[in-house]
Amino acid sequence: MTVVADRPNGLEKADAATPEFEKAANRAASRRGFLLSLPAYTYLVLFFAVPLGIVMIYSFATRNRFGGTDLSGWNLDAYRKLGEPIVRDILFRSLWLAALTTLICLVVAYPFAYFIATRTPVIRNLMLVFVMIPFWTNFLVRNYAWRVLLGNDGLFTNISEALGLGERELLFTTSAVVIGLVYGFLPFMVLPLYASIERIDLSLIEASRDLYASGFQTLRRVLLPLSMPGVIAGSILVFVPSLGAYVTPEILGGAKTTLLGSYIVTQFLTARNWPVGASLSFVLMTIMLIATLVYFRTGGRNL
Amino acid sequence: MSSTVQPRGTTKIALAAHSWLVYLFFFAPILVLIVFSFSDDNNVGRWGGFTLEWYQDFVENTQLQNAVWVSIRVAVLSTVISVVLGTLAALALERFKFRGRKVFDALLYLPIIIPDVTMAVMMLLFFSEFFDLLETWFGLDWQKGLSSITISHIAFNISFVSVVVRARLAGMSEVLEEAALDLYASRWKTFRYVTFPQILPGVAAGALLALTLSLDDVVITQFSSGPGATTLPVFVFGLIRRGVTPLINATSVLMLAASVILVALSLAFQQFSGRPSLRTARQAISAKPTTNTQSKEGIPQ
Repeated sequence: MTVVADRPNGLEKADAATPEFEKAANRAASRRGFLLSLPAYTYLVLFFAVPLGIVMIYSFATRNRFGGTDLSGWNLDAYRKLGEPIVRDILFRSLWLAALTTLICLVVAYPFAYFIATRTPVIRNLMLVFVMIPFWTNFLVRNYAWRVLLGNDGLFTNISEALGLGERELLFTTSAVVIGLVYGFLPFMVLPLYASIERIDLSLIEASRDLYASGFQTLRRVLLPLSMPGVIAGSILVFVPSLGAYVTPEILGGAKTTLLGSYIVTQFLTARNWPVGASLSFVLMTIMLIATLVYFRTGGRNL
Repeated sequence: MSSTVQPRGTTKIALAAHSWLVYLFFFAPILVLIVFSFSDDNNVGRWGGFTLEWYQDFVENTQLQNAVWVSIRVAVLSTVISVVLGTLAALALERFKFRGRKVFDALLYLPIIIPDVTMAVMMLLFFSEFFDLLETWFGLDWQKGLSSITISHIAFNISFVSVVVRARLAGMSEVLEEAALDLYASRWKTFRYVTFPQILPGVAAGALLALTLSLDDVVITQFSSGPGATTLPVFVFGLIRRGVTPLINATSVLMLAASVILVALSLAFQQFSGRPSLRTARQAISAKPTTNTQSKEGIPQ
């Protein structure tokens, strides 16, 4: 390629009147873009798209008597198993816990995000930094910290005994899992809420109060509708990882609180029923894809 | 304006108190963990005087040391490769129109939104099939280990790096690049001296995110690691399931310290990326407003 031909942006724009020249430039740009994307493209096809395809194939396969998987003879048996009481219960429990976590995060994060958004810029940034520190902190360690707090003879039990509330065992219960999930994903709710509240013209609240709306009315009729994109974005960002959570229920939950993530892992590591595990991971992924589409539609990406 | 909008009286106090409680919720467990990692008592929830014994144990534990090295090697290797691939992908998507662009864009987003567990399952099945193939076709006997963990980590890190770099590129006018090309700089020189210095904060932020994600991951790593090599989080996860010990406390605090260093670095880079001189220069030069005027800095994607 000569030096002159390798100069599409500048020179060719000046000569854009000639269609051939423009076409050649477009073709060159197209080739360049394709070449730039090629390494990542190839990598993702090989190590992401192909594995995804394999999971799909496995989800239609049958488990044989030896714990292996027969790939011939596709069927929907693995998906039918979703209707069985055990799996259905786990699915509903996961959905319920994820919804509960999302609701708690929303209730806790909304006033908090509002408070941050109404501070002066310096304090605001400082407060945000202290939200981001737990956000970046190792997830496993954060869950483990609650295991220590709630555990047998842990600080929580000691305090509860000292207060005369009796010995309360929270560890290995559903409550412990919800606490862990809220703790893990609260920053995901705070940040989009903050971003959308910060953008609201606060004089609208003033106007609402001037027109004799009560504080609650202002919240319900002005603040909440205007911050809806943040509410939706935050809810999805919390709901989606809560639904697929594996580490938190494993560390803080007990045998009675098996969730979808743990169940899928069990299917692969101990039960050796790969088709069921594959079909469940596929269902989980579909729920996430739908949630993500909603997220993009409602403009969560712009937050 | 803001003075009259400020909530008054009880509402104001309640909001402030609530915020302090949220911070207490965020930081109390971490602080308790740090304090008790220095406690000289086999029971993790009881204070038995100050000791560094558990940190000593950590240093002397060869299994933990091995896991630390595997973690570091995987994190560095996967970060370097995914930063190169992710940055190229970001440049391609933000600066060029090409055939297959939309498919590539979608494919690049998938690893971010896919649940960890699903991706873990994907990698498990993929490596199981792939190693079978290698054995039947080439007679190679490969085991899951460092290489398979690294491959999985690159697969999700490329996407995160490219999202961060794209956010940077989107807020950047092409005018400077066009000027360089007009002044007969080659494509490479334009990238080296004009584009790259401008996207560097984005690339650095992407690299730090990739490092953090790689050091954080449990599920995907667990499913793509073999008996030969496990990373620190997977090893610690296994230990936790067997029971809580002061050694895990100490290890966790060290992992915490690593995270804090990474946060500090990322904040430093954000400061750097917000340098006013560059931004004002860019605004002065570009006559047309950039398409993406919203600043994404300060809010993690």
